[in-house]
Amino acid sequence: MEKKKTPMPEQEPFERIKNFNEVALGYDEEDAVKEAGRCLACKKPSCVKGCPVEIDIPGFISFIKERKFDEAISKIKEKNSLPAICGRVCPQETQCEELCVLGKKDEPVAIGRLERFVADWERKKGMKTPQKVVPTGKKIAVIGSGPAGLTCAADLAKLGYSVTIFESLHKTGGVLMYGIPEFRMPKAIVETEINYIQQLGVEIRTDMVVGKSIGVDELLQDFDAVFIGTGAGLPMFMHIPGENLNGVYSANEFLTRVNLMKAYRFPEYDTPVRVGKRVAVVGAGNVAMDSARTALRLGAEESLIVYRRSEKEMPARKEEVEHAKEEGVRFMLLTNPVKIFGDEYGFVKKMECIQMKLGEPDESGRRRPVPVKGSEFTVDVDTVIVAIGQNPNPLVPKTMKGLEVGKHGNIIADEDGRTSIKGVFAGGDIATGAATVISAMGMGKKAATTIDKYVMEKK
Amino acid sequence: MSKIIRKENLAENTKLFDIEAKLIAEKCLPGQFVILRLDETGERIPLTVADFDRNRGVITIVVQEVGKTTFQLGEMKIGDSLLDFIGPLGNPSEIEKFGKVICVGGGVGIAPIYPIARALKEKGNKITSIIGARSKNLLFWEEKMRNVSDELIVTTDDGSYGRKAVVTVPLKEILDSEKIERVVAIGPPAMMKFVAKTTLPYKVKTIVSLNSIMVDGTGMCGACRCKIGEETRFACVDGPEFDAHLVDFDLLMSRQKMYLDEEKKALKRFKGSINYGEKENTHA
Ligand SMILES: Cc1cc2nc3c(=O)[nH]c(=O)nc-3n(C[C@H](O)[C@H](O)[C@H](O)COP(=O)(O)OP(=O)(O)OC[C@H]3O[C@@H](n4cnc5c(N)ncnc54)[C@H](O)[C@@H]3O)c2cc1C
Ligand SMILES: Cc1cc2nc3c(=O)[nH]c(=O)nc-3n(C[C@H](O)[C@H](O)[C@H](O)COP(=O)(O)OP(=O)(O)OC[C@H]3O[C@@H](n4cnc5c(N)ncnc54)[C@H](O)[C@@H]3O)c2cc1C
Ligand code: SF4
Ligand code: SF4
Ligand code: FES
Repeated sequence: MEKKKTPMPEQEPFERIKNFNEVALGYDEEDAVKEAGRCLACKKPSCVKGCPVEIDIPGFISFIKERKFDEAISKIKEKNSLPAICGRVCPQETQCEELCVLGKKDEPVAIGRLERFVADWERKKGMKTPQKVVPTGKKIAVIGSGPAGLTCAADLAKLGYSVTIFESLHKTGGVLMYGIPEFRMPKAIVETEINYIQQLGVEIRTDMVVGKSIGVDELLQDFDAVFIGTGAGLPMFMHIPGENLNGVYSANEFLTRVNLMKAYRFPEYDTPVRVGKRVAVVGAGNVAMDSARTALRLGAEESLIVYRRSEKEMPARKEEVEHAKEEGVRFMLLTNPVKIFGDEYGFVKKMECIQMKLGEPDESGRRRPVPVKGSEFTVDVDTVIVAIGQNPNPLVPKTMKGLEVGKHGNIIADEDGRTSIKGVFAGGDIATGAATVISAMGMGKKAATTIDKYVMEKK
Repeated sequence: MSKIIRKENLAENTKLFDIEAKLIAEKCLPGQFVILRLDETGERIPLTVADFDRNRGVITIVVQEVGKTTFQLGEMKIGDSLLDFIGPLGNPSEIEKFGKVICVGGGVGIAPIYPIARALKEKGNKITSIIGARSKNLLFWEEKMRNVSDELIVTTDDGSYGRKAVVTVPLKEILDSEKIERVVAIGPPAMMKFVAKTTLPYKVKTIVSLNSIMVDGTGMCGACRCKIGEETRFACVDGPEFDAHLVDFDLLMSRQKMYLDEEKKALKRFKGSINYGEKENTHA
C-alpha cells in the first residue's frame, strides 16, 4: 500500500498568483478511489474521535471504494451539512487525520480531500433536494449565518423546526464569505451549500443587524428559542503609533473589501482596495496567510509576514504556510512592529520593527517573545495589514441585559450551548473566541440538540 | 429591496429620497444612520437618517452627489428599489433638557441636524439654529428648520442669501452674548473642526457627527476608526457622534482621502457610461 497520501493537483504558484481561482484543484474519480483504498475501515475508527461532528469516516470512505458516491455523500450529510466547505478548510492535520491509525507510521488517509471530492461530485451532478419533514410547529431564531449558525439551523430544520436566520451583512456565510479568500474557498461553493440549507426550509433574512434592527428580546417573543452565532468579528489592533495612517488595514477590512465587496474586480465592482508595492502583514495565523497571499494577487511586488515568534509557533495551517512560501511570501520571523511612519499626505511609508528572541514559556505554553534591546530597524512598506486576531463581536451581548460574558467579551455558554438566559443559546467563535469552522459547526450541532430538548420539554 | 416612494431635488446636486423601510422606521432615532447598497456590484455607503415616519414606515435620506454611488442614486426614480438598506446603525443623539442649544448645519449637514433639532425642541430646549452653505443654490429646508427652532440664522459664504458669513461668525456672537449649554454641529469636517475651535474657549459641550469611510457599519472592519482624545474609536458603533473637543479632525480628513484616485476613476467611468448608454458592458 502507498505510504503517502495520493497527491492533490494544484495550480502552479507562478500561475495562481495572477488569479483568484482555487489553488487546490481536488481529486478526480481515480485519485479518490485510489486514496479510499488506503483506508483500513477500522472497526473502532480513531479518526472519528477527531471530527467534531463525528462523521462516519470509514463508512463514507468504503462507499467511495465501491464508487458509490451517492451513498458516500448521504453518509457524510447525516452529520455534516457543509462538506464541500469542511473538506477544504478544516485543519484536518490536527483533527480527524491526526488520529488516523495510518498516521502512526505513514501518512494518514486524506480524509478531508475525500470529503471534498464527494461533495464536489454531488454539486457537479446537481444536488438532491432534501426530503421534507413533519413540522413541529415551533420557531427558532438563529443570529449569524457563519458555520455555527448554518449548522444549528440545518439540524433544527431537519428536526422539523421552522428556522429563521438573521444576518447583518448582505450576504450569508460569515467568515466563509467575507474572510476566507476565493482562491481557498470559492464563494459559489459556499452559496450552493447555503442553498441546500434553504431547501431544508430555513429562511434567511440578510441586512438584519440584531441589536440594532431588531433586539434579542423581541426575537424571544416571536420564537421559541434563540441561537447566537455572531462570531469573532472585532478586529484587534496593535496600539502602536501610526496605526491610523492611510494604508493600515485590519485584516478584516482588507479581506472584506476583497472577498465580500469584490474589490479585486474594481472598477467593475464599486468598492476599492489599495495595495502598494510592498505589503507587510503582521501575524502568522490563517488570516495573515490569507491576507499576504491576497496582496500578491492584487499586484504587490513583495508581501511580507511579520511575526514576533518563530516558525514553530505559527498558528496557521501548515498547508497554508507552504502555499504562501511557494507563492513567494517572505517571512520575517522574531520581528515585532513598533511604529509606522507616514508621508506628508498621511499614507504609510515605512515601519519600524524590533528583533525578538524567545524567552520562558508563557501561559499558552509557547515561549514568550522578548525584544532584543537596540535591534530596531525599518522596512519600507506602503501597506500594513494587521492580522493579530479578532475578539467576539460585542454588538449582541452589549444589548442584552443578564447575558453573562467572559473577559474577552465572549458569551459564556456551557458545552451544550446554554447561556445564562433561558431560551438563549450560543456557539461558535462568539463563545470560544476565534477558533475553526468545524469547531463552530460542532457547537452549532450540539446547541441544536439542546434546543430541541429545551423546546420539547417546555411544551 | 427597499422602494423609493418619493424623490425631490432640494438643492444643486442634493436630492431627497423617501424609502420604504418599515422595520428601520420603527426603531430609528435622531442621529442614527443607514447603510445602503444600490445593486450587486455596488459599494456600501452610509447616510444619516434625515427624517422618519413610523406610521408610514418611511425613512428620508438627503444625499449630496459627490461620487459614483451618490450620482448613481441621484439617477434613480420613484418606484426603483435599493438592493440593500440596513439600519438603524450607530448610537442615537443624546436628547435631554439642556437649556439653550445651538444646532449648526452646514451644506448637506442641514438634513441630519433637522431631526436632532426637532427632538431637542420637543424636550423643551431653546433652539437657535444656524444653517449655512457656500451659496444660495446649495441651501435647503430653511422653513423646516425654522419650524423646530426658536431662532434661525442663515448664512452663505458668498452672500447670495442670508448673512454673508461662515457659520462660526454668528456662532461666536451668540456665545459672546449668552450662556449656551450645548452645541450640535453637522457638516463638512472642516466646518466641524472650526465649530469645535470656536466653542472651546467658552467650554461649551460640543457634539459633532463624524462621516468617516465605512464598510460594514457594525464594528467589524475598523475602516471608520477615528482618534478621540488618546483613544481609537470606531465611528460606526462608538459614534457617529463624539465630543468635538476630543476629535482629531485632521486625521478624519486625511483618512477620507484614502481612495481619491479610485473615486475619480469610478466616477469618470460611471459618467461615461450614462452618457453613452453602455453602463452594462464597459470593462475598463
Ligand atoms: C481570514 C480567515 C481565515 C480562516 N481560515 C480558517 C481555516 O482555514 N480553517 C478553519 O477551520 N477556520 C478558519 N478560520 C476561522 C473560522 O472561519 C471561524 O472560526 C468560523 O467562521 C467561526 O464561525 P462562526 O459561525 O462562529 O462565526 P462567523 O463565521 O464569524 O459568522 C458570524 C456571522 O454572524 C454575523 N453577525 C455578527 N453580528 C451580528 C448581528 N449583530 N446580527 C446579525 N448577524 C451578525 C456576521 O456577519 C457573520 O456572518 C478563518 C478565519 C478568518 C477570518
Ligand atoms: C455616518 C455617516 C453619515 C453620512 N451621512 C450622509 C448624508 O446624510 N448625506 C450625504 O450626502 N452624505 C453622507 N455621508 C457621506 C456619504 O457616505 C459619502 O458621500 C458617500 O459614501 C460617497 O460615495 P460616492 O461613491 O458617491 O463617492 P466617492 O467618490 O466614493 O467618495 C466621495 C467622498 O465620500 C467619502 N466616502 C467614500 N466612500 C465612503 C464610504 N463607504 N463610507 C463613508 N464615506 C465614504 C470619501 O471620503 C470621499 O470624500 C455620511 C457618511 C457617514 C460616515
Ligand atoms: S468535517 Fe473536518 S474533521 Fe470532520 S472528517 Fe471532515 S475534514 Fe475531518
Ligand atoms: S483511522 Fe484511518 S484507516 Fe482507520 S478508518 Fe479512520 S481513516 Fe480509515
Ligand atoms: S465601518 Fe467597519 S468597523 Fe465601522
